[in-house]
Amino acid sequence: MIELRDVSKSFTLHNQGGAVIEVMRGASLKVAPGECVALTGESGAGKSTLMRMIWGNYLAASGSIMVGTTDVARAEPREVLALRRETLGYVSQFLRVVPRVPTREVVAEPLLALGRSSDEALGRAEALLERLNIPRTLWGLSPTTFSGGEQQRVNIARGFAHAFPALLLDEPTASLDATNREVVLALIEEAKARGAAIVGIFHDEEARGRVCDRVVDVTRFTPARAA
Amino acid sequence: MTPLLSVQGIRKTYGFRIGCTDVGFDLYPGEVMGIVGESGSGKSTLLSCLAGHLTPDQGSVVFDTRAEGPRDTVTMSEPERRMLGRTDWAFVHQNPRDGLRMSVSAGGNVGERLMAVGARHYGQIRETATDWLGRVEITEDRIDDRPRAFSGGMQQRLQIARNLVSGPRLVFMDEPTGGLDVSVQARLLDLLRGLVREMGLSALIVTHDLAVVRLLAHRLMVMKSGRVVETGLTDQVLDDPQHPYTQLLVSSVLQV
Repeated sequence: MIELRDVSKSFTLHNQGGAVIEVMRGASLKVAPGECVALTGESGAGKSTLMRMIWGNYLAASGSIMVGTTDVARAEPREVLALRRETLGYVSQFLRVVPRVPTREVVAEPLLALGRSSDEALGRAEALLERLNIPRTLWGLSPTTFSGGEQQRVNIARGFAHAFPALLLDEPTASLDATNREVVLALIEEAKARGAAIVGIFHDEEARGRVCDRVVDVTRFTPARAA
Repeated sequence: MTPLLSVQGIRKTYGFRIGCTDVGFDLYPGEVMGIVGESGSGKSTLLSCLAGHLTPDQGSVVFDTRAEGPRDTVTMSEPERRMLGRTDWAFVHQNPRDGLRMSVSAGGNVGERLMAVGARHYGQIRETATDWLGRVEITEDRIDDRPRAFSGGMQQRLQIARNLVSGPRLVFMDEPTGGLDVSVQARLLDLLRGLVREMGLSALIVTHDLAVVRLLAHRLMVMKSGRVVETGLTDQVLDDPQHPYTQLLVSSVLQV
């Protein structure tokens, strides 16, 4: 479902003397439907960079990044947008929303974007919020004022609203208490059971051990260390 | 899929000075594209050329019309272009006073667009106007007030209602949230996003506010000195800018 071949990435900092920083070389990765792969490596090794290249907000310098039938490294913006709408979901560490929009609608939005009826989308959103223990009284409020853990859970609910065939998870269990962590792990297991291909970053080793089938250490794609 | 708007080689000069040059892109139905750049980078000139307010020196602006398919709006006759401006196109000015009739009531401002496309039944016009004022959160009891009696944010929302009432397919916006306080800005963003999704609108938004484009635009075009220096997905351009100018622009934003 997700396949990276020989992907490299460098940053050119034009405003800092044109410094070129090569951050990744020869990255290859294959994730089958129903499989969950954890990216590991120390801070700065390039876990998030790799994930962002799959999401498409970082441009790959070379190589191919296939998600389904789309090569993210070469696709037109509207192809990537269609991919994000239908195929590829992303649970980032931070919630980014239009202020003032109620939580219920924030979570339902991925479904509304797919043209589902508002009843269906809101129903699914409410079921997820309920499951993730977001108090019902908060559903009508904007999540911008919520606590870190609550925002994280809203983000997860939003990421799981549509049954994406491919998912990127950036620290999905960070800043969650034991009960909610359990809910998130169950959601991940259900996604795997329905055949989703998942790439994740988990600092929580126990969670990683439970939901991930394989571990890929991105350090081996880091040029400075390989040299 | 046919692009809704296909722009090629647009150039506009003011004497020896370049307004904008070599601009080309395709905009598809349902897409929102942001045009960013500093003051004087040519983004407003470009928008005026695209919307038919200025005649470009070179280039074509092909719009997929409902009746006749793709037509070059630069070479079409003035009445035809004006007809487009009243029906399929809408233009939201930075200053609401440029887009509203200040001496006509709020309801009249909205109703006028409807009458321009043939509506004549007073009751229906008033009903539609009330409905649209409601959508932009202007209460019914203000329908007979003139825009002069409105706050800046209300005027801007009224301008949006006036523009969208005739069900356009393409909206040009020049700094739609400029000069509004942040709470009104957020309300407006939410409104615009909902309308884009529900009506399948396409939009071109000129702004220098990167936070606005991140939330509203699917794609981004960065301009400097009249030229396009970078294009791409909004989050890609903002998170991994390639051109020196874009890097400078993104790194100059204060973090909130």
